[in-house]
Amino acid sequence: MSVMTPQPPASSPAIADQPAADSGIGGALPSGLGAAWMLAKREWVRFFRQRNRVISAVVQPLLFWLLFGTGLQGAFVGAGDQTFLEHFLPGTIALIVLFTAIFATISVIEDRREGFMQAVLVAPVGRWPVLAGKVLGGSAIAWVQAVLFLGLVYLFGAAPFSLSVIGVLVLLAVIAVSMCSLGMIVAWPMDSTQGFHAIMMLGLMPMWLLSGTFFPVPAFVGSISWGQMFLGGLMRANPLTYPIVELRRLLYPAIDFGATGFAPAPAICWAVSLGFMVFTTAVAWRLMRGSRRADLLS
Amino acid sequence: MIIPFPRKDSPPAIVCSGVRHRYGDREALCGVDLKVSEGEIFALLGPNGSGKTTLFRLLSTLVPLQQGHIEVAGVDVARDQLGVRRKIGIVFQSPSLDKKLTVDENIACQAALYGLSGAAMKSRRDQVLERLKLTDRRGDFCETLSGGLRRRVELAKGMLHRPRVMLLDEPSTGLDPSARIDLWQSLREMADEGITVVLTTHLLEEADKADRVAILADGRVIVEGTPDSLRAELGEGLITITSSDPTGVATILRDELGLESQQVARQIRVRSPQAPTLVPSIAERLGDKAQSISVGRPGLEDVFIAKTGHEFD
Repeated sequence: MSVMTPQPPASSPAIADQPAADSGIGGALPSGLGAAWMLAKREWVRFFRQRNRVISAVVQPLLFWLLFGTGLQGAFVGAGDQTFLEHFLPGTIALIVLFTAIFATISVIEDRREGFMQAVLVAPVGRWPVLAGKVLGGSAIAWVQAVLFLGLVYLFGAAPFSLSVIGVLVLLAVIAVSMCSLGMIVAWPMDSTQGFHAIMMLGLMPMWLLSGTFFPVPAFVGSISWGQMFLGGLMRANPLTYPIVELRRLLYPAIDFGATGFAPAPAICWAVSLGFMVFTTAVAWRLMRGSRRADLLS
Repeated sequence: MIIPFPRKDSPPAIVCSGVRHRYGDREALCGVDLKVSEGEIFALLGPNGSGKTTLFRLLSTLVPLQQGHIEVAGVDVARDQLGVRRKIGIVFQSPSLDKKLTVDENIACQAALYGLSGAAMKSRRDQVLERLKLTDRRGDFCETLSGGLRRRVELAKGMLHRPRVMLLDEPSTGLDPSARIDLWQSLREMADEGITVVLTTHLLEEADKADRVAILADGRVIVEGTPDSLRAELGEGLITITSSDPTGVATILRDELGLESQQVARQIRVRSPQAPTLVPSIAERLGDKAQSISVGRPGLEDVFIAKTGHEFD
């Protein structure tokens, strides 16, 4: 007779692997914040490891800006005698944010297809860190890219540098979070990236085009056509129009945009921008928390 | 006398009773009752569509319980989903690794999801990497690893938070024979240390390595026990006859040789402890009616066929 009581097999204390106590994971509680931070950091790392994403997110809007800006320069005179290159600048910055946010959120579909998301969804942290990680990670990338571009803009004198840059930085963050949340709303129920691209081309690009980025919002003054009336109404109903108006104002504080076109007061622009951010994030959260149908998509 | 660790008389690690699950009109599980003891390797064996993946999803809390009762490590799945998640480690059939991250980074991600951080995380990460012989590959990007190594990283992720129960869905899928041996060695080590290992498989030889097996068919557990006890139910010998006229062969066996048989497609199966000695007389009587006659000990496939009356595929 040797041993009478149950004993674990002899193993080195360094690699002993006994089950956790009843309290859970070695006494440490799963932290949603830690998980969200890690998921956000992962977005960041993945983004910079895929150079084609970095390049396409900056080079494409830059090309758009230079080509359209130069090509349409003679055919356009904006408020305060702005050239098209100047008029198109806020839209280009918004496009950088839009592209980067879209590619960041599209990764949700890849994560699900590649299996990574399954492991996240069965972790003891609930759903909100997934949303927070994706949105904050994607937004941070989009924000930094836009800020780098903005740095070049100021460096080459395409816009006058002033203290209003602080407002620009905050507004860019608000736009980035809104776009990432919007991307999550589109991406979460999707099972293919092709479906996402279809929605992007049909929904997100027109949303960008109709926000006063490419051409000014038609003013409802004098005799205007039904077409202009319809377009003007559509652009006023577009929540992205308001942060673009404010961005334009902050980039060129010396110009009075209200004198020649649609330019609601800063308070309205900020309220709509913030409201849109809260709305998209809330909808994304509700979508992720609700049906579990998407959990099993693969 | 040596009492092995873990004790097989300890409270069950998993209890399922009356578990039913539907996908729309289709009933995937039709009342599953199951008990898995602590520290054993338990295989859920079944062909495609038998309900084993649904059961795995329920145990791993990926889908909510519709009907019945499931307890994992003493925690009710319906009442405390997060509590269950803290006690289980999961290895999915499709890899859950981020291929753009290194082994270390993948494990750090998993650690954050389970509330491990700082020095405790680093120390635990070193332990599991060492234990699964991954220390020298920790800086490698997962997309550069072989299938076997990736599966080991999955195991490392699953056991990082010291789970009481490890759930694995078809863990051998895509692995070459040597990687399968490594995998099973790791699973056996886990079980030896008291972790309950529950895996789904459609591979008979894999289920044979488990301590206990539950065979699922059409959403039900049709039989449960150790592989040896299941085989023993069928007796020592099994004669399998392939014929183009299986009904005629069965009639001859019954009427002329007094042998009861079971027909499965073009095969006739006769169970008998005297199987080897019966073969010459069967061969002589059937002549050209039998295309082939083989004799052997029953396997788990034979258990499945005996219980369901159809082939395992």
